[in-house]
Amino acid sequence: MRARKTRRGAAVAAVVASAALVLAGCASSDDDSSKVSGTWPGAKLSECSGLSQLSQYGDLTGKTIEAYTSITAPEGDAQVRSYALFEKCTGAKIKYNANKDFEKNVLVRAQGNDLPDVAYVPQPGLLKQLVDTGTVVKPPKDVETNVDKFWSTDWKNYGTVDGTFYAAPLGANVKSFVWYSPSMFQKNGWKIPTTWADMMTLTAQIQKSGTTPWCAGFESGDASGWPGTDWLEEVMLRTAGPDVYDQWVAHKIPFNDPQVSKALDQVGEILKNPKYVNGGIGDVKSIAGTAFGDAGLPILKNKCAMMQMAGFYAANWPKGTKVGPDGDVYAFYEPTVDPSKGSPVEGGGEFVVAFNHNPATEAFQTYLSTDVWANEKAKATPDGGWVSANKGLDVTNLTSPIDQLSAKTLADPKAVFRFDASDSMPGAVGSGTFWKEMINWISGQSTKDTLDNIEASWPSS
Amino acid sequence: MTTVVPEGAMAAAPVISAPKAAKHALTSPWASLAAVVLAIVWTVPTAGLLISSFRPETDVKTTGWWHVFTSPSFTLDNYRQVLSSGSQTNLTGNLVNTIVITLPAVIIPIFLATMAAYAFAWMKFPAKNLLFVLVFALQIVPIQVCLIPLLKLYNKPPFHLMPIHGGENPPAGGLYSVWLSHTIFALPLAIFLLHNFMREIPGELIESARVDGAGHVQIFSRIMLPLMMPAIAAFGVLQFLWVWNDLLVAMIFGQSTPPLTKALTDLTGTRGQDWPLLTAGAFVSMVIPLIVFIAMQRFFVRGLLAGSVKG
Repeated sequence: MRARKTRRGAAVAAVVASAALVLAGCASSDDDSSKVSGTWPGAKLSECSGLSQLSQYGDLTGKTIEAYTSITAPEGDAQVRSYALFEKCTGAKIKYNANKDFEKNVLVRAQGNDLPDVAYVPQPGLLKQLVDTGTVVKPPKDVETNVDKFWSTDWKNYGTVDGTFYAAPLGANVKSFVWYSPSMFQKNGWKIPTTWADMMTLTAQIQKSGTTPWCAGFESGDASGWPGTDWLEEVMLRTAGPDVYDQWVAHKIPFNDPQVSKALDQVGEILKNPKYVNGGIGDVKSIAGTAFGDAGLPILKNKCAMMQMAGFYAANWPKGTKVGPDGDVYAFYEPTVDPSKGSPVEGGGEFVVAFNHNPATEAFQTYLSTDVWANEKAKATPDGGWVSANKGLDVTNLTSPIDQLSAKTLADPKAVFRFDASDSMPGAVGSGTFWKEMINWISGQSTKDTLDNIEASWPSS
Repeated sequence: MTTVVPEGAMAAAPVISAPKAAKHALTSPWASLAAVVLAIVWTVPTAGLLISSFRPETDVKTTGWWHVFTSPSFTLDNYRQVLSSGSQTNLTGNLVNTIVITLPAVIIPIFLATMAAYAFAWMKFPAKNLLFVLVFALQIVPIQVCLIPLLKLYNKPPFHLMPIHGGENPPAGGLYSVWLSHTIFALPLAIFLLHNFMREIPGELIESARVDGAGHVQIFSRIMLPLMMPAIAAFGVLQFLWVWNDLLVAMIFGQSTPPLTKALTDLTGTRGQDWPLLTAGAFVSMVIPLIVFIAMQRFFVRGLLAGSVKG
């Protein structure tokens, strides 16, 4: 009995030890991925001539770069196509890993040490959180040089955390648009407004003609309420100006400041006026339950005339809808209160962060910050739905009229770009109470209660 | 409905047969009506989903599924986009991933839990009860608490062991970490369930086997395993459905092998514009669990009832 026991013990020990040996033997170090070797394959290819910045990284054949992003198919496929030139010029391969829950999962991956090579961060607030985990590394010099050359300082600032530049901008989207039907406007002799006052006059005029002027929808699954925050942010940017807007985002003025409440009341003049909304759908309260994706469809049936929504809404029109100045639908720049003070543009975009200094990673980061990539991406997106604030982007490479309009709006020297406020605020507010309270507001809650509730929820630290 | 026969029924009404009496005692037209109504109410949304999956995109987006009765128009486009290999939203690769993730993630915990349950139920070793309470208590640890520490362990294991997650070429295509995580999260409940079931088996059986000279291995494999089949099948179905429908574990630990659930959440497109595709995608992901459940539900009910009726 005793002998049997010892023998069994020894056998167990042997199994454990050999398993440990096998596993330890497999442990490999990735030291070789941090060295530069060979000449870059792009040296002999003419199409790589614009990418001479990549030559310093040598031959990257056999290297894989994982890009972790929130841009899923079908938009993600155009991203993948735009990397073909990089793969050809450097030999490296891109592993594109898109995830709709990117915002949550990228933080888990950073904290769990399961790092991708690069990630495209869609919110400045998230960028700061990521930098705070200590896993994000600074980009190579060329990236900063490119950003200084191709982007405005507004954009560079959003990729900067506590004075250190971390992330180059990637794509962009413009939210300051009002969708309308060009044919409907032409038939009725309505003119595209150039000031906020003009727009209100037009609204009254459309209402008198028997058409409901506006339609809107705040429903968007887990993120319900964000279209409402866009309304408030647009008006805030126009009435209070970009400086107060920045203070508001940074909580240097309280959320229930009189200037904010004035702006929200101004939104209410449109959205809470039962005569002005909600064309083809219902009354004021129906806005809360209407999916933003479906809210604009009554425009096609002449049931409503205008909807304030970002340029990316182009993808939500049913297949076969012609988007363009002479098509079924198009958008105009949401007019400002006082055009002499510049044109505020609210929008969003992604920023490229890197998690290591491998030559392949740095080469890819550099590639994404060039004008070459911006134009490659434009050509790789034949159906439209993508723009960049990169000044090197040739507008003629963009195929869809709404993308061209977005690019022109972003490139306008009078444009003052500001990031979507709810994306820049702390998560508890920006993707929490701000959304929820906008739903409550449109369902009948007063402006004061709404703003007081959001202010009370602002995290204290 | 007719399987449970109360003993008293036979004595009280000797004229009619026992099953009939039981049926009479247990049936009421109102209860049947309520059951039918409930069944309809529960099925209507699923039926709506099924009908929607065959409707053209613009119809789905603008009108409700009940409009098919007045203006029927059907198409296989949604299924074509979800299943054909040329399409960008093809789910077949993810379907294979889900199967490859699910099978080991069901078999490994059952394999370990049956043996652990046997040890806890019929073997004598020091601190047995304390250990069992600890295993039982692990059930109350929320899964979310474990995600980040577990991910750290997989990526930087102690004692210079090989990382089984992340990097350019994770071993087994990155599947070890998913299998292991599912096993870890399933074991406490599995051991507890199987242990309770195993305790119900009369001790005389084991004693007589002992007398006949059987060791633990023989008792386990010849007596316990056949007797436990209903319980194992019941837990297997439960675990299968859980892993099949899991999104959280796959998102964190299965970066390189995205299963159906992840593909489904991404199917709607970045801005949610492609949601009509979800109807077809949902049915593709439902078919296999439905088949498994229908095929195994006999065991499932038996396993749940096991031990509830004492003879």
